[in-house]
Amino acid sequence: MALIRITSPHTHRPGNTGDVMRTVILATLPGMAAMTFFFGWGTLIQILWGCLLAVSFEAAIIKLRKRPVSFYLQDYSAIVTAVLLGLAIPPFAPWWVMFVGILFAIAIAKHMYGGMGSNPFNPAMAAYALLLVSFPVQMTSWSAPFVMVGEGWSIISFIDSLQFIFSGIQPALYDAFSMATPLDVMKHKGGFTTEEMWYQSPLLAEGIGAWHAVSAAYVMGGIFLLYRKIFTWHAPVAMLGTLAAVSTLFFLIDPDNYPDPFFHLTTGATMLAAFFIITDPVTSCTSNKGKLWFAAGIGLLIFIIRSWGNYPDAVAFAVLLMNLSAPFIDQYTQPRTYGHAKAKRGMKGNS
Amino acid sequence: MATDYQKITLDGLWTNNPALVQLLGLCPLLAVTGTVVNALGLGIASILVLIGSNLTISMFRHFVPDSVRLPVFVMVIASFVTCIELLMQAFTYELYTILGIFIPLIVTNCAIMGRADAFACKNPVGASLLDGIMMGLGFTLVLVLLGAMREILGLGTLFTDMNLLFGPAAESWKITLVDDYSGFLFAILPPGAFVGMGLIVAAKNIIDQRLEERRKQQPKTPSEGPKRARITGNIS
Repeated sequence: MALIRITSPHTHRPGNTGDVMRTVILATLPGMAAMTFFFGWGTLIQILWGCLLAVSFEAAIIKLRKRPVSFYLQDYSAIVTAVLLGLAIPPFAPWWVMFVGILFAIAIAKHMYGGMGSNPFNPAMAAYALLLVSFPVQMTSWSAPFVMVGEGWSIISFIDSLQFIFSGIQPALYDAFSMATPLDVMKHKGGFTTEEMWYQSPLLAEGIGAWHAVSAAYVMGGIFLLYRKIFTWHAPVAMLGTLAAVSTLFFLIDPDNYPDPFFHLTTGATMLAAFFIITDPVTSCTSNKGKLWFAAGIGLLIFIIRSWGNYPDAVAFAVLLMNLSAPFIDQYTQPRTYGHAKAKRGMKGNS
Repeated sequence: MATDYQKITLDGLWTNNPALVQLLGLCPLLAVTGTVVNALGLGIASILVLIGSNLTISMFRHFVPDSVRLPVFVMVIASFVTCIELLMQAFTYELYTILGIFIPLIVTNCAIMGRADAFACKNPVGASLLDGIMMGLGFTLVLVLLGAMREILGLGTLFTDMNLLFGPAAESWKITLVDDYSGFLFAILPPGAFVGMGLIVAAKNIIDQRLEERRKQQPKTPSEGPKRARITGNIS
């Protein structure tokens, strides 16, 4: 991430990929903590298991490709992929869900396209989309936020969680606490209006705060990254702004059928995407103007797919679609070269 | 024109395989290879059409003016496809309903049209017949391989529903590889076909590369020996 430092001192430490990635991992900690607090040990176990898998696959494939293993492992990108996927999948998904996801993310979405820096698609989101399409049952059964529905934090103990994920032994209490995500409920509300939906599912109405809190934790991490200048404000602001604007418009027109903008912003993976997914320097646009278009496209697509698509959450598909358009957007948003009037190629940009 | 039957065979099955190298006929290839039986059904239909069209076009190659050759080819291929379609309707009706539109679409399979134009209309009957068989076999082998890959990954079984093609006796051919398999839908869906196809093409390229390397290494050793075998005088 090259940043122009204007004032003295002009000497600066040359950053490397590993530093950036380590900071990103650090910034996911609040979100990770919130997920663990509200949804139990599952998330933490998934992330650790994912990291283990990611590092092994990465090492194996780098060795196959005859590249220096330790050099590429030190960029931590595999671990970031594993952490993001671990945060995105349901906390108590069986172990093979993570296995298939990480294998696809590292082997196919990343290394088959040429490895770190050459992948057109965000590996974590490619893997998430694959999992969502392949295992709809496992990928949509979420546990309720235990704390919010009046139970203690560790209602499913660490050992129980481990057993549940790795050998499929379901804890006795689990059935009472499995539920759909708010977006899922919204998708399948049928003939109810949004108002009635809340009365229909009291567990959700009580537990919705958990999703808000997790989103807030992601925002905290995101602001930390912004402060550390890991990314600029363009992408998150454009994405959240577009999503908020479009959802407000539809909410004002027809409040019975479209949830309010706050709901869109704070449930599902919106905040995770805004600060951790679409800010990926490899798969997004390069110029600031390009980032604005790129992220606005994602915000719009998220609303479209959530409202009229087949799947409850849309972040993975929206990100993949815009990943595909990123080179095209880059072509038309080339910044003006200093000293030249206008860009030579594409639409004559003036940013 | 001397015909090299060995070369024709090798071309069809490997070096110039219609699916792996020419990348022709991908539409049915990707669309129906969800299970082995579907793949095999379409493969056999394609072989029969290819043999028939190659044979006929080769026989009439001297009577067809160059300017109208393509419509003639289409006519010939379409007649054979119609025959196959009616036969399938009569004998393997369920498979016929599963494959649906992809049977009539064999007419537009570019692998068949390609062989007619590139080979059958320039070569004698025997060679064209062999070319038809080998190209068809090569195509079918890839279809079945892809079908098997996708069926194993997607359903955890192999040879499901073979009775649709081989009668009730084949019902017991089904092998369940993984009990209680929860299904990997991605492999069954179209993207799985593309990824699977890419992996097969990659595997073929790797094998070719290895063979090429081995071929390069071999001639070195014998060529050094005879060079000096007959030297009698002094070498300055």
